[in-house]
Amino acid sequence: MMQPAHPSRFLPTRRHVIAGASAVALASLSRRAAAGMFVDLPLPGGPDSRQITTAFPQKGAMILQRTRPPLLETPFEVFDQGVFTPNDRFFVRWHWAVIPTEIDVASFRLAVRGYVNTPLSLSLDDILKLPAVELAAVNQCSGNSRGYFQPRVAGGEWSHGAMGNARWRGVRLKDVLDRAGVKAGAVQVRFNGLDEPVVAEAPDFMKSLDIDHARDGEVMLAYAMNGEQLPLLNGFPLRLIVPGWYSTYWVKMLNDIEVLSQPDTNYWTATAYRIPDTPHANVDPGQTGVRTVPINRMVPRSFITNVKPGATLPAAAVTEVRGIAFGGDTGVARVDFSPDGGASWQQAELGDDQGKYGFRQWLSRIAAPKKGDAVLMVRCTNRDGVAQPDTPNWNPNGFMRNVVEATKVAIG
Amino acid sequence: MSRSIVPAGVVLVALLSPLPLRAAPPFELKSLQLDLPDSDRTFPDGPGADVINGNCLACHSAGMVLNQPALPKAAWSAEVDKMIHSYKAPIDAGDVPAIVDYLARIKGAD
Ligand code: HEC
Repeated sequence: MMQPAHPSRFLPTRRHVIAGASAVALASLSRRAAAGMFVDLPLPGGPDSRQITTAFPQKGAMILQRTRPPLLETPFEVFDQGVFTPNDRFFVRWHWAVIPTEIDVASFRLAVRGYVNTPLSLSLDDILKLPAVELAAVNQCSGNSRGYFQPRVAGGEWSHGAMGNARWRGVRLKDVLDRAGVKAGAVQVRFNGLDEPVVAEAPDFMKSLDIDHARDGEVMLAYAMNGEQLPLLNGFPLRLIVPGWYSTYWVKMLNDIEVLSQPDTNYWTATAYRIPDTPHANVDPGQTGVRTVPINRMVPRSFITNVKPGATLPAAAVTEVRGIAFGGDTGVARVDFSPDGGASWQQAELGDDQGKYGFRQWLSRIAAPKKGDAVLMVRCTNRDGVAQPDTPNWNPNGFMRNVVEATKVAIG
Repeated sequence: MSRSIVPAGVVLVALLSPLPLRAAPPFELKSLQLDLPDSDRTFPDGPGADVINGNCLACHSAGMVLNQPALPKAAWSAEVDKMIHSYKAPIDAGDVPAIVDYLARIKGAD
């Protein structure tokens, strides 16, 4: 299954191959994966070895974080291949292990109910007949990069690959809600999918958005991703798309939309996925009594994709460095690259703009560096003027990392 | 490394967010029936292994726990409490100390 990737002038070509060893690793990844490969992420203090798995349906080589329910991370090399993450390499994250493995498109129904004038039971055909919209947007786990928190915290021990960018195609949530007719005084809309807890009295996974957010015309129900129906593990047949917000809201296998006249008190909205109400959601380890709020908008991030930590770059020669950036809840205004650990910064060239919620490629150069060790850094500033911070944030759930990342390399 | 090129029309509609697809071809969805792999991994042998194997594999495979970093014993105790109170893990109170001791032994940071 080949996904359309956008034609970028920054895509790897033979001329661009600089970190020889990592390019070889990239080319042979799928072959070696079949032979039972492991990858080192590498997370401070470990354990950092993870199996590369090809055992999951509709998925290529993925980093196995957990088998049941699946947590599959995108190997970082994939982000060097274009701004759209192929469906078969897109990260996977479920909370509960009762996940339907058989979905019949003729009998599937989406309920729209609660504080509405006309409760609806929509078939997929009904949904496909509504006006179609398309949007490029990054889907990123709240805990992406959690494994780099220090001190370490419990949770999915992800490296940077619990994120992906896709073209989502579907219908506006607003159009669906308008058909049901939201009653005056509605406060939130709650979303539930077909997955279920293993233990009956345990909290079913549901998330809610405020009514105005739900009706902003951007929140979508997607039935296609990068031009194809969604893989089962990414939420087939319908997934909520909440542009600019963390993935926890992007409910998969969405089959129930309930308009609420009271704020949602369910565990996953009211108790889980909360962040300190502080700048960068940052607290000191052990700090208590901090007010918390539900996690919400994403913040800017950027990564180098063609140079791996520990790579050796040639001295006295020009090396092109490229990567991806995203602005979080708005577009990328600029990306700056530092070849010397933040002592000097140079503005990077930006690739095509595919929409303000998507990945944007960037390109810069290291000119004739001296032999020795070097630290490469990249910093994204978004269109609201928000830049990535120089120091890492910390919170007990390991949410919202967006520090300027440092890549240590050797020159010579 | 060659990539297929997105038709120009598709690139254009993605520029603003989200844009109507005027001339979109009808989209067809196909039913799915798939199998998900399971894991038969258990916890490494040692004191308490049988207790943790008996209590901690119902909702998630062992990788959830074995990929965790070393944590202070108090953090492990809080994790086991969270499983019981937030996620309704059916665990006998009498089994909790053996589970916490096991976790602190294989992944302790005190
Ligand atoms: C009743 C179901 C259930 C049982 C039994 C269970 N867990 Fe969990 N556990 C969960 C859920 C749900 C999560 C959150 C899953 C996710 O985020 O993907 C979780 C997550 C975790 C995490 C990750 C950190 C976190 O807090 O999210 C650890 C570690 C963990 N469990 C350890 C254990 C241990 C140790 C046991 C045995 C004492 C256990 N679990 C038994 C349901 C359970």
